[in-house]
Amino acid sequence: MTSLARKFVMALSGLFLITFITIHLLINSFSLGLWWDGEQLFNQGSHFMATNPLIQIMQYILAAGFIIHIALGIILTLKNKAARPTKYAVNKPSANSTMSSRSMIVTGLLVMAFIFLHMKDFFIKLKFGDPLPHVNYTHEGVVESLQNDFSLLDLFANPLYVAIYVLAFIALGIHLNHGFQSAFQSLGAADKKITPTIKMAGKAFSIFIAVGFSAIAIFHYINSLG
Amino acid sequence: MAKLDSKAPTGPIKEQWTKHKNDIQLVNPANKRNIDIIVIGTGLAGGSAAASLAEMGYNVKAFAYQDSPRRAHSIAAQGGINASKNYQNDGDSNYRLFYDTVKGGDYRSRESNVYRLAEVSGNIIDQCVAQGVPFARDYGGLLDNRSFGGVLVSRTFYAKGQTGQQLLLGAYSAMNRQIAKGKIQMYNRHEMLELVIVDGKARGIIARNLITGEIERHSAHAVVIGSGGYGNVFYLSTNAMGSNVTAAWRAHKKGAYFANPCYTQIHPTCIPRSGDHQSKLTLMSESLRNDGRIWVPKSMEDVEAIRSGKKKPIDLSEEERDYYLERRYPAFGNLVPRDVASRAAKERCDAGYGVNATGEAVFLDFKSAIQRYGKEKALVDGVHNPSPEKIIEFGAGVIKDKYGNLFQMYNKIVDTDPYTTPMMIYPAVHYTMGGLWVDYNLMTTIPGCYCIGEANFSDHGANRLGASALMQGLADGYFVLPYTIGDYLADEIRTGVIPTDSPAFDEAEKSVKDRLEKLMSINGSRSVDTFHKELGKYMWNLAGMARNEAGLKEAMVNIKKLREEFWQDVRIPGDLNSMNTELEKATRVADMLELGELFAKDALERRESCGGHFREESVEQDGPQKGEALRDDVNFKFVSAWEYKGEPGDAVLHKEELEFKDIELKTRSYK
Amino acid sequence: MSEKRDMDLTLKIWRQKDAKSAGKLETFQVKNISPDSSFLEMMDVLNEDLVAQNQEPVAFDHDCREGICGTCSLHIQGEAHGPDRAVTTCQLHMRKFKHGETIHIEPWRAKAFPVIKDLIVDRSAFDRIQQAGGFVSIPTSGNTQDANAIPIPKDDADTAFDSATCIGCGACVASCKNASAMLFVAAKVSQFALLPQGKVEAKRRVLHMVKQMDEEGFGNCTNTGACEVECPKEISLENIARMNREYLNASIK
Repeated sequence: MTSLARKFVMALSGLFLITFITIHLLINSFSLGLWWDGEQLFNQGSHFMATNPLIQIMQYILAAGFIIHIALGIILTLKNKAARPTKYAVNKPSANSTMSSRSMIVTGLLVMAFIFLHMKDFFIKLKFGDPLPHVNYTHEGVVESLQNDFSLLDLFANPLYVAIYVLAFIALGIHLNHGFQSAFQSLGAADKKITPTIKMAGKAFSIFIAVGFSAIAIFHYINSLG
Repeated sequence: MAKLDSKAPTGPIKEQWTKHKNDIQLVNPANKRNIDIIVIGTGLAGGSAAASLAEMGYNVKAFAYQDSPRRAHSIAAQGGINASKNYQNDGDSNYRLFYDTVKGGDYRSRESNVYRLAEVSGNIIDQCVAQGVPFARDYGGLLDNRSFGGVLVSRTFYAKGQTGQQLLLGAYSAMNRQIAKGKIQMYNRHEMLELVIVDGKARGIIARNLITGEIERHSAHAVVIGSGGYGNVFYLSTNAMGSNVTAAWRAHKKGAYFANPCYTQIHPTCIPRSGDHQSKLTLMSESLRNDGRIWVPKSMEDVEAIRSGKKKPIDLSEEERDYYLERRYPAFGNLVPRDVASRAAKERCDAGYGVNATGEAVFLDFKSAIQRYGKEKALVDGVHNPSPEKIIEFGAGVIKDKYGNLFQMYNKIVDTDPYTTPMMIYPAVHYTMGGLWVDYNLMTTIPGCYCIGEANFSDHGANRLGASALMQGLADGYFVLPYTIGDYLADEIRTGVIPTDSPAFDEAEKSVKDRLEKLMSINGSRSVDTFHKELGKYMWNLAGMARNEAGLKEAMVNIKKLREEFWQDVRIPGDLNSMNTELEKATRVADMLELGELFAKDALERRESCGGHFREESVEQDGPQKGEALRDDVNFKFVSAWEYKGEPGDAVLHKEELEFKDIELKTRSYK
Repeated sequence: MSEKRDMDLTLKIWRQKDAKSAGKLETFQVKNISPDSSFLEMMDVLNEDLVAQNQEPVAFDHDCREGICGTCSLHIQGEAHGPDRAVTTCQLHMRKFKHGETIHIEPWRAKAFPVIKDLIVDRSAFDRIQQAGGFVSIPTSGNTQDANAIPIPKDDADTAFDSATCIGCGACVASCKNASAMLFVAAKVSQFALLPQGKVEAKRRVLHMVKQMDEEGFGNCTNTGACEVECPKEISLENIARMNREYLNASIK
């Protein structure tokens, strides 16, 4: 695989994950029960995600997307470290590049660690154990009942968990701030005219993701305080 | 003493090159594979020659002291390249380009060579475009031209202010193609230190690997020297730090005649020296004189006030300024040729009117141009009664479009803003028209040793016109040498590989090793640079823009003395057998210390003023040209070709009389 | 023209005898440096001092000293070609530094650019990349078609020129955290991709040049953009995007 092929795969898998995270945020937002028929949709969504055959296939593709993206990221980092065996005694990268672009592996690994946690808490239970998560809201927006012992909302009642959750999404935001525009550059969709727009969009998107997920968690935490 | 045979073809000048190509011998393609050629230098001449020869099938070994062929100093040429394409429909032709070049050279070049140069000039542009050289274009997508150096047509092709770079990268890419095919073996960071002659023919070189210090033998059926000019004999010049005369000088010492060493071009628009720390001078393109006006203050008080910082140049009114070029040469004004502009600046500074701390600078002022362009732009844009500030803003915008990169470069070096304060400029050594004598085939007086580009005595006579150096380098390398060398090599097809274990190689290698060991063993008290700087001072003060008999004699004595001191007192730290940048400088300066003396001797011998070479004893005494350079066609219409005889001062002069059949000799007048 | 006084400086310079030896930073003092001198002229002063003390001068690459040959290559105070923008080391002037300052000077650092001596590195990898395809395969006979036979839109010609102004100094590699040579390779690929003369071999060229780039041991581009910022000729990242397109196109079809 040439260096450019790795770039393309990195970009494509990244864009794929960006699509996934966007849908994920949309579904999560239903749990707030604030718009449309939120709870209904969330429940239906959960059901759909757990049972639809297409989604069952997509899950493997998604997993592959994650694995490829992460594995390539680690390979790239190792190769790139090897490309400069002797370090500079004095180096001033802040003069020529953003922190976000230089820390992709760090933010990436943080997000990966969170994904493991996330899998343990949500996905595995969901997949192999308990019934589907199911929420009911009163009209005042307070949770009335949960139809399984695995509880989404119990987790969000734990301040430590919420803190980890929020930090992970800040890391993801920083990751996306570079990753979003970088994917377009890697695929060749960049020039003097569109690149500033893509960069702005990337910034907006990364803030949207980081703030969106964090806000949902904090919302549930505050709710849990009663 | 053999008469110099230029081998110039006979017959009408327009048919000479075609006829010559038909008459000379060819080498069959199968035989070319059995012939090796060494090329020294990878600039426009060497690079294009190496690529072309390899393309034709010869085995080429190319040598460069730089770390890559792409770094040769041709890369620094700014302005452009001439070609008689007549794309602008202004009546250009091969004859006009030929005529302008001969006249610009003050009638000291060989007619048949120059005509050939004009004839192949168009091919160069075709070739370069096909190679992907991104020349400037107009909105119709066709090639753009600019006017240059006071000629009457627009024939200069350009790529912003980086024409040399783009052309060199074109030649470099052609070389790369052949290197990839194995037809060129590239020796980077190698310096030729001796030419090897076997049975009277050039058969190889001794080179030093600059990384390991190893001395290597390389053999070939012919050696081509394209190592550039020797302007660094002046220490301060617009040449690269590493530019040197060694390859040509080594050939000279082995029997190649050195022609017109004193023909140097002093370029009028360079950034002045700022102090003794200075290592090199930077050129500002000649095109600036299209819009800039050159002046110094009229009164000495103002000069002193400016030097001490009490007054700024913009404080002086029009009446207090001396636009000396416009005063002396009303017809051409600021657009007189390079040699005239340079001498006039020196005259003012020698009289004490230099405007910086060193006393060696004049102003180049864009105020008038900014005003003129600003008003014009305001009219075009329909701005009525524009404020003075608006005019300046408009004008500065126009100037920026034309010269932005030059203004930025000036600002980086001098730290003043040329849009608001006049630039300071001073002449500097830029190009050397002299070099190894070659015949029409570009062969030196050593059989099998060829010389191309700036390294040969070339087609520019006593003064080179702007945008013609690139033309000559590429013409020699792409289109002349590859044909003419076949005439010699046709007799070499049965020679076989030249062995490097012959006594001639043994002896040449020993002489190089002895020389290097001697240099390392002196262990004196002075660094190489101090000698180089001192040599430069003698050259500039006594053999520079204006010279006289007494000064030149003094220069010869001083340089000889300095050379003797060098060989007794130079200090070179480091090892012989590893990379040693001081030793590299020393081998180059050692040869320049010899060339410098020959340079002064040649200037002494040439008791006339011509081209860039002004002899104080030879000036017009009367008439409208009073005080201007006086050329002497009766006594000096010849090429001086010097034969080495053991000491530079003992060199013997051979004359190649120049014949002018197609051009009438005239006095150049710019009044 | 600066009114600033002359400067005394402490220099911490990488010294390394040859490719095989280990190197280290050594400390030197220079005095009375004019703020109007260039960085390399300051190095000249240091070397004159060293010769006077019978020590070996610091070896550094330099040639034209007017910012076009691409030979000079110092990593100064943590940046390729030092703290100024759009300049090579030889165009960097001492007025950018302060009296009493300590200046760190190191060679370009990359596996593909091994140190030869002191501050000199071997950049022949760049030549080999060019040899892999950085040319148009036409003979040098001059018997091509007339230069004006194919009109080229001015914008394309100008953009190709901007790409072609690369001086091959290696600052892109030196400043990239991954020691990637993408900007260098992309500049040449772009120049030819934009011109009709170069289009004929465009696919072959980009595939071969990228392959050679990888073989030389340069790192992978991660689009940090450091190369564009430190490039003395301000070669744009657009070139890399263009090369990515060219490569994708060449790989698919």
